[in-house]
Amino acid sequence: MALPSYTETRYRIWHYFYVAICTFVFFFLIAPLFVIFPLSFNAEEFLVFSEGMKRLDPDAFSFRWYHEMVYGTKNPWGLAAKNSFIIAIFATIGSIILGTLAALGLSSRHMPYKGLIMAVLISPMIVPLIISGVAIFFFMAKVGLAATHTGIVLAHIILGTPFVVITVTATLSGFDHSVTRAASSLGSNPVNTFMKITLPLILPGVISGGLFAFVTSFDEVVVVLFLAGLENTTIPVQMWTGLREQLSPTILAVATCLIILSTLILVTAELLRRRSERLRGINR
Amino acid sequence: MSSETKQILTTDGIPLEVSLKKAEKKNKIKAFLLVAPLLLFLFITYVFPIGEMFTRSVDDKMITNMLPKTFKAMEKWDGKELPPEEVFAGFYSDYKVLIENQTQGKLGQRLNKEKNGFNSITKKLMRQIKRNKIDESQSIKEQIMKVHKRWRNVEYWQAIKRTAPPYTMAKYLKGMDMYFAADGSIAQVDEDRRIHRILWLRTLEIALFVTIFCFLMGYPIAHLLATLPMKYSNLLMICVLLPFWTSLLVRTASWMILLQQQGVVNDFFVMIGLVADDNRPEMMYNKVGTYVAMTQILLPFMVLPLYSVMKTISPSLMRAGKSLGGTPFVAFWKVYFPLTIPGIGAGCLLVFILAIGYYITPALVGGASGTLISNQIAYHMKSTLDWSFASAMGLMLLSGVLVIYWIYNKLVGVDNIKLG
Repeated sequence: MALPSYTETRYRIWHYFYVAICTFVFFFLIAPLFVIFPLSFNAEEFLVFSEGMKRLDPDAFSFRWYHEMVYGTKNPWGLAAKNSFIIAIFATIGSIILGTLAALGLSSRHMPYKGLIMAVLISPMIVPLIISGVAIFFFMAKVGLAATHTGIVLAHIILGTPFVVITVTATLSGFDHSVTRAASSLGSNPVNTFMKITLPLILPGVISGGLFAFVTSFDEVVVVLFLAGLENTTIPVQMWTGLREQLSPTILAVATCLIILSTLILVTAELLRRRSERLRGINR
Repeated sequence: MSSETKQILTTDGIPLEVSLKKAEKKNKIKAFLLVAPLLLFLFITYVFPIGEMFTRSVDDKMITNMLPKTFKAMEKWDGKELPPEEVFAGFYSDYKVLIENQTQGKLGQRLNKEKNGFNSITKKLMRQIKRNKIDESQSIKEQIMKVHKRWRNVEYWQAIKRTAPPYTMAKYLKGMDMYFAADGSIAQVDEDRRIHRILWLRTLEIALFVTIFCFLMGYPIAHLLATLPMKYSNLLMICVLLPFWTSLLVRTASWMILLQQQGVVNDFFVMIGLVADDNRPEMMYNKVGTYVAMTQILLPFMVLPLYSVMKTISPSLMRAGKSLGGTPFVAFWKVYFPLTIPGIGAGCLLVFILAIGYYITPALVGGASGTLISNQIAYHMKSTLDWSFASAMGLMLLSGVLVIYWIYNKLVGVDNIKLG
């Protein structure tokens, strides 16, 4: 954003002020994530930068907390990670199936009460989690699914489907319906048409919705806190307890792993989004 | 010629109009059937349970079922003076049944909530009944009145009468620091005990200020992202999207590290000489922590809708404004800013909706002065186990959120929520 040479001084000053503000905001957004990295390699037990770390003394750094995270005695992280992945994977599959079907229906121009139904389907994303948590807890307790994996998976399907509905509906908004009609006229049955024609075209939207559903489930703690027993503990629940009771650097080691995971997911989502935009650009 | 012959027929002889309607109806059903599984699933596991929260929050059947004869007899009592013999007799026989079932304690506790002093006088009556001191051939009214002087006080009988309806709005009144007074009117809780009103106001205040902070910080960077060449803006966009995809607990943890007394922010303040080393300010476990952490966490939800609106504004509009004699400020204010209002509306409403129901971050960094209404709901769900009160508070919060959601839907449309 180079300024033209004729810019007056006061606008020049304003421009630098504006750039300074933007720099500060970007720093404010991203810097907190980076404070976790170095501290997770702290050789000491405190969550502050030790004198040694400030001098960049190699002895002040260690893999101690990563070792603790993986091999520590009475360590909850192994079980928590296993549960988190199992729950998130099943919740994602459920969200994708229900959400994609619903999005297909909602994108049809024949759909009655479209706005109202859409508002209901998106509501779990808008309603405060604490209220969803209370309501889902009452339901799961009644049908005997509290403190089970199934109960948590169902709860996470509720919270994850809105994302799939939104992303798939968005992909379908640029969808050329004449291709499915062409398939039908050539003798393909609806299921075959969906698998061979529709699905490949909306796949980027489905996958990015699935990523959202996965991250939502993987990061969800409020509802799990209501539903989970000791056996169903997940990574966020363990982090929540850890942060409330005492901050141990092991949490920072876990947090570092989570940041790496979210970076990978972000990159995948961005690539998919660009691919989808490119594909739809060609279609138009 | 009749109109029938003019009608266009399809090949199988059905009028086209009918055939078309049939096909349309079939399409409608087809579309609906695709949505039906999710809709059904959500209704069973989500919408109805929220509805059940309402029945739970107003439910007061326990006492209605405990004292059936009393309430039957009370129907004829005007509630002004001491009730007649039949009410006393009804209460006596109801209470005897409760003693046999050993559930009389619950009645005492419940009545004590309605009016202080019930616990002791019901216990006293129980002892008398257990010792067979009550002679059923005599006037029961006279005998009960002798047990304790409070049984002669009409206010206690009025309190029992108030518990007769199977539903009560008492929990909702409690959520607003009000209660039913002795004469059935609505009264305010003493000023120093109005904790809930403080919480509601604080929730609104924090949600409002977080929205304002997010707007003030989000607008410039959304503008920068929208005007920079693609090459740079894609890179900077990562700064917005990475926090968006990162675990909420990770982000809260990093703020806990930054804001603690020996933390990086305080270190920095000491280094530049803003505060003395032995006088480091407390920035966590109070409102400051809640504001800072929530603003950073919700900022992407402001930037993304703003960005997507700003992206559609052609830069030539600003140039046109300037060429027509406007200074850059005037051109911005008169041309650019009005065009971004849809984005501002979408971003602000979304951030406000999300902020008003926030739970995790305030619970971890908020301390006592930075917690919100959600934390109070969780407290009643987990600690006091007053689930009906938690439900009532939840629904009060929900009704507020739904109003904003409705506005959002009218202004922006739910299907336009931006997710990266």
